[in-house]
Amino acid sequence: MSAPDDRKDAPNGTDSRRSHVEALYQELILDHYRRPRNRGTLEHPDVALRKKNPLCGDVIDLQLQFDGDTLREVRFTGEGCAISQAAASMLTQRLKGKSTAEAAQILDRFARMVHGEEGAADESLGDLRALSGVSRLPVRHPCALLASDALAEALASHR
Amino acid sequence: MISALPRSEFPLLAASPRLAYLDSAATTQKPRAVLDAICDFYENDNANPHRGAYALSVRATERYHEARARVAAFLGVGDPDCLIFTRGTTESLNLVASSWGRANVGAGDEIVVTGAEHHANFVPWQQLAIEKNARLRICELAPDGALDLDRLRALLGSRTKVVAFAHVSNVLGTIAPVRDIVELAHRVGAIAVCDGAQAAPHLTVRFDELGVDFFAASGHKMLGPMGIGVLVGRRRLLEAMPPFLTGGDMIEFVEDDHSTWNRLPHKFEAGTPNAAGAVGMAAAAAVLEGVGMDAVRAHERELVRSAYRRLSAIEGVRIYGPGPADRSGVLSFNVGDVHPHDLATILDSHHVCIRAGHHCAQPLMRRLGVSATARASFYVYNDDADIDALVNGVMAAREMFSRVGA
Ligand SMILES: Cc1ncc(COP(=O)(O)O)c(C=O)c1O
Repeated sequence: MSAPDDRKDAPNGTDSRRSHVEALYQELILDHYRRPRNRGTLEHPDVALRKKNPLCGDVIDLQLQFDGDTLREVRFTGEGCAISQAAASMLTQRLKGKSTAEAAQILDRFARMVHGEEGAADESLGDLRALSGVSRLPVRHPCALLASDALAEALASHR
Repeated sequence: MISALPRSEFPLLAASPRLAYLDSAATTQKPRAVLDAICDFYENDNANPHRGAYALSVRATERYHEARARVAAFLGVGDPDCLIFTRGTTESLNLVASSWGRANVGAGDEIVVTGAEHHANFVPWQQLAIEKNARLRICELAPDGALDLDRLRALLGSRTKVVAFAHVSNVLGTIAPVRDIVELAHRVGAIAVCDGAQAAPHLTVRFDELGVDFFAASGHKMLGPMGIGVLVGRRRLLEAMPPFLTGGDMIEFVEDDHSTWNRLPHKFEAGTPNAAGAVGMAAAAAVLEGVGMDAVRAHERELVRSAYRRLSAIEGVRIYGPGPADRSGVLSFNVGDVHPHDLATILDSHHVCIRAGHHCAQPLMRRLGVSATARASFYVYNDDADIDALVNGVMAAREMFSRVGA
């Protein structure tokens, strides 16, 4: 019943792809997946927006409330994988209280980080840097970018 | 359980000994014999079939026709001219919906499909219904995902023109009672259209005995190349149907103001055919005949039984569809609240290829009440080592996610 030797897996830790994936699914990300921040709806949103990822069927519903040029409140609902949910949770957390210009800048940096651009992940991204490992998993880029694309669109529609 | 065909016959698998390829329902790996047959066609017999008077073109034509005869024999088709080469199952089903459907379905008529169809056997019928003001009716499944014959019987009536169903579900692995469905369809004067994409690779298919009016399959899911597949139909229906695509090869005479059509099968094969693809598909059929379809089925049964038992023993694993005895080599499942896409990424890092998503069956996902599932599917080259890798990967994913409580 047992596998021939060449079909057996290398012991844990010797495989770079595996350790890379293990690093991505770190506790911070799983915590945001299990306990998403800013999940829910707003009573009087200034902007409401739905975005879908047709590739995998993930959906995000966003609601934003502004105070002049400042993003005062943001909530989201939707379903998806750990990466898309953690990204939504962490992004909304990061952007709350920022001016639309600051928020747009963070979203731009985040997208560049996901696409693997060297040096894109700076301090302004805070915890979001935990998602930098997605850059090496091209098929998962749409998961990481669903919320940020939706947020960018929502901000643009307010300005 | 060792593989039914050694991995060494598959160059890709031989080059990656650790790879556990468990996505054969999407497409299978290709054996050396198939790759060689395709190469041999291009190296020795390549010319445009049907078009040249020279010996090389005659040879290309012969190879193409031999391929048709071989695939027809593999699928139990007595009249090879009723086997049309297409790009695959999707094109075959579109051909039927477009050509037979437009000519025979009218306002108020009904088309019946099941809740488990692949989009390829759902959307063409849905669009035909919209175009013709006909009604698409969906036969809901039994609780275990099997086709419910009583429901189907109740759904059929004098307005039913088409009953379209998958022989084997690409998500649940359920095997449809084809003869019973055909009998119900024919009783009300409807045609029976069988999506055989997941049947031809895994079961013995005898078209002439199944009784269906149309049968569609893809070469790439049965060890053959991509871009080739078949539509098999009853001669009487094919002859009465208008063509699907028009152009070269499919015509008899082209006058300035009208044209007449070539005989079967050419009437439905417009343009230069994928002759090398047909040759590759025929080589694949020969490989499967060499193993024997009974042995293929027995091998998958063993793998599914083992995978089913071992996966369902893992806490939090939910497998969709019937028990292992009643399914083909497909297992769709979820692991607790680990999203299938995350699971696929983690399994990939363990060198395990599975599919995650809706599997081109969104209507079925709605009925299962999930947005996505993970799917492992088995074929002739899989063995216990692949199941070991799958089970280890699933346990690793579970462990990874259990570090943070809900
Ligand atoms: C049941 C079923 N029907 C139809 C198809 C479509 O086949 P193809 O993509 O080869 O046209 C598939 C495979 O994707 C399938 O599994």
